[in-house]
Order: sequence, then C-alpha cells, then structure tokens
Amino acid sequence: MEVPLLKQGDFLIATIQAALTDADLLHLRTALVQQVVKFRSRGVIVDVTSLDVMDSFASRTLREVAQMIRLRGAETVIVGIQPDVAFAMVQLGLKLEDVTTALDLEEGLAHLSRRSTNGV
Amino acid sequence: MGNEIHVSINSDQDIVAARQKGRTLAAALGFSSGDATLIAAAISELARNIVTYAKSGEIQLNELNGSMRQGIQVIARDEGPGISDIPQALRDGFSTSGSLGLGLPGVKRLMDEFEIVSAETLGTTVTVKKWKH
Repeated sequence: MEVPLLKQGDFLIATIQAALTDADLLHLRTALVQQVVKFRSRGVIVDVTSLDVMDSFASRTLREVAQMIRLRGAETVIVGIQPDVAFAMVQLGLKLEDVTTALDLEEGLAHLSRRSTNGV
Repeated sequence: MGNEIHVSINSDQDIVAARQKGRTLAAALGFSSGDATLIAAAISELARNIVTYAKSGEIQLNELNGSMRQGIQVIARDEGPGISDIPQALRDGFSTSGSLGLGLPGVKRLMDEFEIVSAETLGTTVTVKKWKH
C-alpha cells in the first residue's frame, strides 16, 4: 500500500489511507526524504488520521522521518492521531519526542506557514 | 469457545493481518472501539516480537465466556530463542534489539491479564486477556 505524496507549494503532504506494513512505512520514509530533496520542500505533513494502530515500529519510523527531514532544514508535522490511538500509544510507552504534532491537516498547514513566514 | 482464530506470523504483513483480525473479533464481541484499538495495539506488539525475535510463530484469538463476564484472549506463541530473563523483559525500557523494546510492559498495561511462559531454546508463549467492562 503506497502512500500518496502531494506537493503543495513549499510543503509535502503524505496522507496515510490504510494500514501500513513495516515495509510500507520504510518505503514512505525513503520516498518522503527523496521528495523533500527533489522539491526543496520546507515542511512535511504526515496525516495519520486513518491509522487505527500506531505501534512501536510505526512511531519509531515516523520519528526517524522527522529527524532526517530536520537535517535537510525542513520540519515535519504529524497530524490526525486519533484519541484512541493516542491512548494506546501512551499505555505502550511510545513517544514521538521532538516531533511536532497537530490536531489535523489544517492546523498542521497553519503551523508550517507560520514557521515559514517567521523565518524560524 | 466458539470463535477461535489462528494467524500464522512469518512477516510484517502478518502483523497487520493479526491486529486487524483481533480488532474485528473484539468489535464482534461488543468491545468499544477504544478497547478494540488497545487490543489491536497489543496484538501488533506481540506479533512484532514474534517476527523480530523468533521469525515465525502464531497468534491465536478467542473469546472468553466467564460466568459473569465476556472477554477476549490473545495467545502469542513461538518456538524462538526464548527469553532468559523474564523480569528484565517486563521492565520498561528494556530492549535487546537496539531502540526497539520488547514492548511487554506496554502490552501488560493495555490488557487486563498477562501471563508469559518462556524457556530458552524452546520458545515463548504470551497469553493476555481483556474483559468487557
């Protein structure tokens, strides 16, 4: 299950639409980093609204995505973690440390736009 | 026990299949969507341990019909290397494969009952239960 990547101005948006295997997640990680380089993107949004489970591998891979993209000088925002998923993540002791999260796509885009404008 | 489902675990794709079957069974048994998510997350970690440490094994799912309550049971079984120090594996933050922990303390927190039997070279069986509240 490949995750579609949408380029929108300076930003890249990845919308996860179905359950992802580990291989899919690693593929997403590679594709995102490549596309950020290709399009000189300044921000990346990973929309996980449809993800019904975020386990240790998924959260670790998303953390790695954010770290790699930060090394390129861009920022990643994970949006749409569902309340039940968040609860399970906390119980499992999974953290998305150092990764920006936002309620939904709109908030995520607003965050990245503010960041671009402020030149932070 | 009516519904007994076996999912053989050999690859990362089977992890997804196991947790989806677990979620479906939990929903069929009348668990809330929140509880079904917790059960699916626990299955995901248990199946992941099988793939990571034992390469192959199986997840068994079945309903529990107690006299007073209903629940779901998940058994993760493998014939892998086994866990030499179980108390250590049940401590938060313990990991033998880099940054990924066994996730067992987390699984224990997600479920109501947790039991582990493991012997070196013979394999590991983790049995967890969640009751409907």
